[in-house]
Amino acid sequence: MDNQEIYQTLKNTLVEQFDLDPGKITPQARLSEDLDLDSIDAVDLILKLQEMTGCKVSPDQFKEVHTVADVQAVIEQMLSVKH
Amino acid sequence: MQRRVVITGMGGLTALGHDWKTIGSNLRARRSGVKYMQEWAGFSDINTRLAAPVSAYELPQHYTRKTMRSMGPVAVMSTRATELALQDAGLLGKPVLTSGATGIAYGACAGSAEPVIAFGHMAKTGSLRGVTSNTYMQMMSHTGAVNISLFFGITGRIIPSSSACTSGSQAIGFAYETIKYGKQTVMIAGGAEELSLGPSAVFDTLFAASTRNDAPETTPRPFDRDRDGLVVGEGAATLILEDMDSARQRGAAIYAEVVGFGCNADGSHITQPRTSTMAKVMQLALEDAALSSQAIGYVNAHGTGTELGDVAESIATQEVLGKRMPISSLKSYFGHTLGACGSLEAWLTIEMMRDNWFAPTINLDNLDSECAELDYLTGGGRELEVEHVMSNNFAFGGINTSLIFRRWN
Repeated sequence: MDNQEIYQTLKNTLVEQFDLDPGKITPQARLSEDLDLDSIDAVDLILKLQEMTGCKVSPDQFKEVHTVADVQAVIEQMLSVKH
Repeated sequence: MQRRVVITGMGGLTALGHDWKTIGSNLRARRSGVKYMQEWAGFSDINTRLAAPVSAYELPQHYTRKTMRSMGPVAVMSTRATELALQDAGLLGKPVLTSGATGIAYGACAGSAEPVIAFGHMAKTGSLRGVTSNTYMQMMSHTGAVNISLFFGITGRIIPSSSACTSGSQAIGFAYETIKYGKQTVMIAGGAEELSLGPSAVFDTLFAASTRNDAPETTPRPFDRDRDGLVVGEGAATLILEDMDSARQRGAAIYAEVVGFGCNADGSHITQPRTSTMAKVMQLALEDAALSSQAIGYVNAHGTGTELGDVAESIATQEVLGKRMPISSLKSYFGHTLGACGSLEAWLTIEMMRDNWFAPTINLDNLDSECAELDYLTGGGRELEVEHVMSNNFAFGGINTSLIFRRWN
């Protein structure tokens, strides 16, 4: 998966899982302030990422995640470790 | 000091409509909510194909993903029924709901069925596929009670009353006692049940589910000679109970007063009803209300349409209230709505008392000779003006409840 494909998959997941307006999702969008996701939603997002990548996400990896671009970076990191 | 407790709001979702006007006209038309379940055709081990699903309902815009993420169908129905009741009581958005003066007593047989499958899959395979942060929240038995709390910001006490077929009636009884003894000013009380194959399979296994699959509208047949068991139904109903003085102070419309509650257990058999403790619970309710049996003008029966249950209940009712007692079962219309039936039947019994008309038991064509003599309402029902009505419910495990409501003049 190249970076563009990862972004598209992540965007689709956010729209489907959290009923979000696709127009609101940009790399800079902040998960909490802009997309109204909270800690419970973060858990579900992690579960989805694990499903997507087939890798276990450690809570530490998610500590510094604030924006959609941050989530993408985590996915890229997970995939690169895997390959 | 004991306080008097009144009902200021009622609402629900049922197989025959979601307001008294619609439901009442369906009862007068002797319309049954029982249907043949096409979608159950593949379950070859189960004989019954009958159920009484809730009729279609719409959720307003404010039922968003975030407010609903912890809800399965049973919690959604509990919440929506509560919103209708709070609206009816004129309490939606009022400070009393969030101040700590309002509590919740609510139940269902269990939480939602779908999450059970996800956890079952996990137990068998070790995979967490299908499990999310909210899977357990939708499955837990107090899912309705706490989702109501979250949705309306209720901060008072929560009394989960998940006790199968007495979930709704225990909720009303416990809510009544909570206000009576001054612990809360307002109580949201009710029960709900979502349709799933599980309960039908349970009664099917016990040979207690009706299999008149080719004639859905002729079953269940409470107290009838030719009955062949119960039909599982779906729904939710909420009553808003309130301290009488507070209700009067705010000028609330009052439907009825809750004057008596009895609750006991058989302590004998897990499924077989016991006449002596059924009779005892009705006496307990009369004692609590300080009324003689003569004061009761109508009894809303549990009346599921099973042989053991109907016979035991009729004998107990006659023993306490006498042969003259007018009685009918709403389960002949709605099926057995399990966790919902206690509050659903209380709601409709109060509405019937206010309309001075009591619905007949439909499908009661020939009284079972094993049933004790009572004034079974059939045909077009009965015009009756009564001061007090009693609503009885009995659950698996031997829980019995009896509620008495007084007309509000």
